Amino acid sequence: MMKGRVHKYARDNIDTDVIIPGPYLKIMDHNELAKHAMEGIDREFVKKVKKGDFILAGRNFGCGSSREHAPIALSYAGISAVLALSFARIFYRNAVDGAYLLPIEIGEDAYNGIEDGDELEIDIERNEVRNISKGKVYAMRPFPPLIKRIVDAGGLFNYTPE
Amino acid sequence: MCGMTITEKILARASNRERVTAGDVVFASVDKVMVHDVSGPGVMMVLRELERKGKRVERVWDPDRVWIAEDHFVPAVDKIAAENIITLERMSERFGIKKHFRYGLGQYGICHTLSHEEAMVLPGEVYVGGDSHTNTTGALGCFATGMGHTDIAYVLIHGKIWFRVPETLLFRLEGHIPPYIMAKDIILKIIGDNGTDVANYKAMQFAGSAVAEMPMDERFTLTNMTTEAGAKNGIIEPDERTIAYVKERTDRPFKALKGDDDAEYEEVFTYEVDELEPIVAKPYSPANIAYARELNSVEIDRAYIGSCTGAKYTDLLEAARILKGRKAKVRLEVLPASQSIYMKALKDGLLSIFLEAGAVIGPPTCGACCGAHMGVLAKDEVCVSTTNRNFPGRMGHVESKTYLASPKVVAASAVTGRITDPRDVADG
Repeated sequence: MMKGRVHKYARDNIDTDVIIPGPYLKIMDHNELAKHAMEGIDREFVKKVKKGDFILAGRNFGCGSSREHAPIALSYAGISAVLALSFARIFYRNAVDGAYLLPIEIGEDAYNGIEDGDELEIDIERNEVRNISKGKVYAMRPFPPLIKRIVDAGGLFNYTPE
Repeated sequence: MCGMTITEKILARASNRERVTAGDVVFASVDKVMVHDVSGPGVMMVLRELERKGKRVERVWDPDRVWIAEDHFVPAVDKIAAENIITLERMSERFGIKKHFRYGLGQYGICHTLSHEEAMVLPGEVYVGGDSHTNTTGALGCFATGMGHTDIAYVLIHGKIWFRVPETLLFRLEGHIPPYIMAKDIILKIIGDNGTDVANYKAMQFAGSAVAEMPMDERFTLTNMTTEAGAKNGIIEPDERTIAYVKERTDRPFKALKGDDDAEYEEVFTYEVDELEPIVAKPYSPANIAYARELNSVEIDRAYIGSCTGAKYTDLLEAARILKGRKAKVRLEVLPASQSIYMKALKDGLLSIFLEAGAVIGPPTCGACCGAHMGVLAKDEVCVSTTNRNFPGRMGHVESKTYLASPKVVAASAVTGRITDPRDVADG
């Protein structure tokens, strides 16, 4: 069970260049990358975010580059899950295989109903997103079976293919 | 039961199955894997973390299937970039990786260009690279896709990785390509019409008479930009031109595959290329398209000819045809995609044309395409570029503006200082 506050960016196509701009790609230190998370979209982000918090966004979150720096920067900035209407494929893989954060696919109801600053609880066993601030419960799209096994194992390197 | 697409056939072969269908999850054997100066150090970080947990990696699964490019921050832009290059050197030495293209030591360049120029990857293979534009190489008829460094590290150790077999969107490009149209116009049109996530998790396959008549360089532009439509892979079935291209570069054997006649495509899109007009993608999305002529009032500060998308030999040649005997009105940069393209452009006189036009010629590097170096944009600066992305801050300041276009449009625009349709300058 994960609990945290949501940072809502009500837009589609939040790309990897705004999550962590290109000039920082040469940096490998995770904590250093975290200082620049979401710099291209919100310079206040790293000051506001607390450990365990969530991001809420629209379609195609994480589109663009294959840079694993994107989920790393978000994770080390404190983000434990991104809730979005859909995810770009490489961001999704990187988030799960590297066990940095959970990519949670939600529906329009949750996207529209959850507001910036709301307190949420995410339960990936029941596939539920609970909005504690508003007293509402939304369904999340269950992880496909392989993804769930990798998540449960704690990343691809801890997962043993059957 | 219907047949398989080329993507399904390659993944079936690589996962030792009779057949796979879109939606199946497979652990497939990988034939080739690439890292560069961003993803390579990332991989080494993963290996260090494994070592810290007591699982030191002594060897990679097959060093002859691994290759290394130096392209993003080279020549080393600062101390960190220089350390990353040393990390790559240590990586090749530790694991016995022989194919390492070093800058300043002969042939090197942008990984996606080397992948086909140097026949690092062959038709029918499964190829993964630590870079999103790995899709480019699919124009050889291989399954080519980009991944992050954890996945790449996993492949280096195990030689295989999981894939969800993608559905295929088939794009039929019919008719003949007009002289003012390039593959870049076609792919921008496709992305503009269908959106930047139309192919998310899916394969984009190109076929039709217009693809058949395209030189390989142009086909690589199509598959390169499938990444901008979200695609897992871009692919073109090999034809005689593909086979000849590969055989000119290697005598290693390969097995070219094609899809079955009754393969199932999720959707088929048809474009008549005769009707196309030069297209530009406005800031801040490759899908935000307009005709070049509609943007003729847009004044530019910079013209950039570079990257895996737009600095292949054909790209330089087409730009030079327009720039010949003319002066650029705005700052013009040309960065050939590889050392061999640079040399051919030198021998064929293209570099003289660029220099006489006033251009600065840079070394092969990803350069300003990813905002790294070599002509980064300031706030409010406007650039027309042969590259593939124009997200906020992509080429520099978050309030700079990049317009994506074909090399012909970029060359014509450099001459006039405004976004210009190549038909509106003579010889365009």
